[in-house]
Amino acid sequence: MTETNAVATAGAGSGGDADVLLQVENLVKYFPVSSRGLFQEKLYVHAVEGVSLSVRRGQTFGIVGETGSGKSTLARCVARLYDITSGRVIFDGQDITKLSQRRMRPLRREIQMIFQDPIGSLNPRRRVGSIIGDPFAIHGTASGAERKRRVQELMERVGLNPEHYNRFPAEFSGGQRQRIGVARALAFQPKLIICDEPVSALDVSIQAQVINLLADLQSEFGLTYIFIAHDLSVVRHVSNTVGVMYLGKLTEVAPSEELFTVPRHPYTGALLSAVPVPDPDQSDERQQIILVGDVPSPILPPSGCRFHPRCPKAAPVCVSTDPPLEPRLGDGPQHTAACHLPMAAGENLGDFHPSIDETERIIETPSILLDGDEDGGVPGATSVGGSLSQSGEGSQS
Amino acid sequence: MSFPTADGLVQAVRGISYHVEAGQTLGIVGESGSGKSVSTQTIMGLTRGARISGRAVFEGEDLLTASPGRMREVRGAKIGMIFQDPLSSLHPYYRVGWQIVEMIRLHDREMSKEQARKRAVELLGLVGIPQPDRRVDDYPHQFSGGMRQRAMIAMAMALNPALLIADEPTTALDVTVQAQVLRVIRRMQEIFGTAVILITHDLGVIADVVDDVLVMYGGKVMERADRRTLFYHSHHPYTEGLLQSLPSYGGERERLRPIPGQPPSLLTPPPGCPFAPRCAYVMDKCKEMPALDPAGEEPGHLSACWLPHQSAEREEARRRVGRAEPAGSVGNGGSVR
Repeated sequence: MTETNAVATAGAGSGGDADVLLQVENLVKYFPVSSRGLFQEKLYVHAVEGVSLSVRRGQTFGIVGETGSGKSTLARCVARLYDITSGRVIFDGQDITKLSQRRMRPLRREIQMIFQDPIGSLNPRRRVGSIIGDPFAIHGTASGAERKRRVQELMERVGLNPEHYNRFPAEFSGGQRQRIGVARALAFQPKLIICDEPVSALDVSIQAQVINLLADLQSEFGLTYIFIAHDLSVVRHVSNTVGVMYLGKLTEVAPSEELFTVPRHPYTGALLSAVPVPDPDQSDERQQIILVGDVPSPILPPSGCRFHPRCPKAAPVCVSTDPPLEPRLGDGPQHTAACHLPMAAGENLGDFHPSIDETERIIETPSILLDGDEDGGVPGATSVGGSLSQSGEGSQS
Repeated sequence: MSFPTADGLVQAVRGISYHVEAGQTLGIVGESGSGKSVSTQTIMGLTRGARISGRAVFEGEDLLTASPGRMREVRGAKIGMIFQDPLSSLHPYYRVGWQIVEMIRLHDREMSKEQARKRAVELLGLVGIPQPDRRVDDYPHQFSGGMRQRAMIAMAMALNPALLIADEPTTALDVTVQAQVLRVIRRMQEIFGTAVILITHDLGVIADVVDDVLVMYGGKVMERADRRTLFYHSHHPYTEGLLQSLPSYGGERERLRPIPGQPPSLLTPPPGCPFAPRCAYVMDKCKEMPALDPAGEEPGHLSACWLPHQSAEREEARRRVGRAEPAGSVGNGGSVR
């Protein structure tokens, strides 16, 4: 993984490149779950498994993935809100993996987070002014009238009325609450802001307001963002580089436009095809690839490539060997994919059929999901029972 | 339709009318608080304590004046419903199959337990649950999110209803699973010829599956059109604003153009058009609510806006009143990067 990473950062030594603000090397995070019985082995949720990436100054690194892909865990590990099981996080040239809470403290000003739920992340019983002023109080940098002045400056900057300083969070709408979260994160002009689904809870018209605000702040203060979302069109819009996660691993990393136009990993391809496009013509034309099944459990992840049980191109090598994240099919060093059988440009995943043993796959009753399967359609005509086990637990034997 | 609350009367839905034809899909799109869910819950008699006026005619019968007993017969048997959260709509203590059987036998006393169970297995197979004869005895927690939603669809379709109301059926699901569920709904509709009302805030889903679209805002219908007309020849400035605030899916990356301001309070809705305070083309006339009148060239295209209905005159009026150019033009902001 580490070699791959070196390639991905265009030959940068570990943390040596002044242009790289954040470097993550082979990061692993396990969460223990209660073991099955007294003498059985302890089980872990493999939330993040060997992720390496680097984020350049002033840029936005987008992370997409489905529920349980580990994207939020990764973000929290980077912010050191979780302790890391193994691997390294290098921020601004400094290895912060093992820093004590006390030594970490000054760095906390430089890494800030914005959360998804603008209600849950604000204390309902405190006034907005004191919530936004918290960072100044905690770090002891401003007090009294000076703090108030700076808080009001921040409020104005994020588009809130500074006169609302004494209001409670409940008096604001969802979009305004998210602005409060942004103002709080901005208090110390951090170097890195981790946005964890910042607009997912907002209505579309308000979403656009917040995205524009984040973009303005980025150009004004030279901020670096890690932007996590499950909405692919939003990620495409804001990111310079996008990483796709599946079951704790990065499956593909590429410059934004490249990822969305020439995806290499079949999972990226399927994900892109599944997104409903708000344009009837494009929607009618596109070839939708419907993946079977759900994401397997991260407690017992599938062997080899973790996507193989759902992958239309799966081959025996995908079951046995975990593919490294590296440039495929002559891509530049910025575009890496973890796949043995990457997709060529314009390739249609629907033409492929997996060539692996069926016990390795998630089998679903296909009749309903296949287009052109017009078998009379009488209820109960042919409901082909999936012949093999499909459990949410993945398919390891 | 309004709700009395501690803060006053919340006017959730203010005089809306629409119709759905058999075998068709009507999408209702709108932001939080636009009244899109409440309007259909009222039809189903699920809004307790609300003050309701108007009519909801289903197969020639007014549901709003029907007795509670009659509504119980209609719900489930004639009109199926699917909700956003499949976990809280399935009872966690009972097996999935049992819940479907119960639902069938409640409405069809003739059917024996064995027959109903066979039907439940059949239905689960139909919505793509693998090994339905075995999974029928699973509890809801043994199903994944997508499977639960499919089980809900199976239950809603169990008695072959004439109308299926799907309230944000895929909002809680991941995109790959969402695609599966939408396809299942579409297939079930082909098989049973059901009319579907699909409530969503996702314009992508609208573009994907519906025939007609109703755009709601502030408890009122702003525009009704078929799918293509809505996306390519929308009339109402709110629809236009919604479409423009989406990130573009290809081509130049421009600055987004959000709708300024906030949605109106339903306690004190502004007089006249609810969108007027945020509208770029607002005129004096907007203090009065315009009727939902035919707009544009397409039949069935309705819009509640004072802007002229013929596109040429409309452009002229827009130029006079508001911004330079509407949909599809060059952005006014710099690029994001």
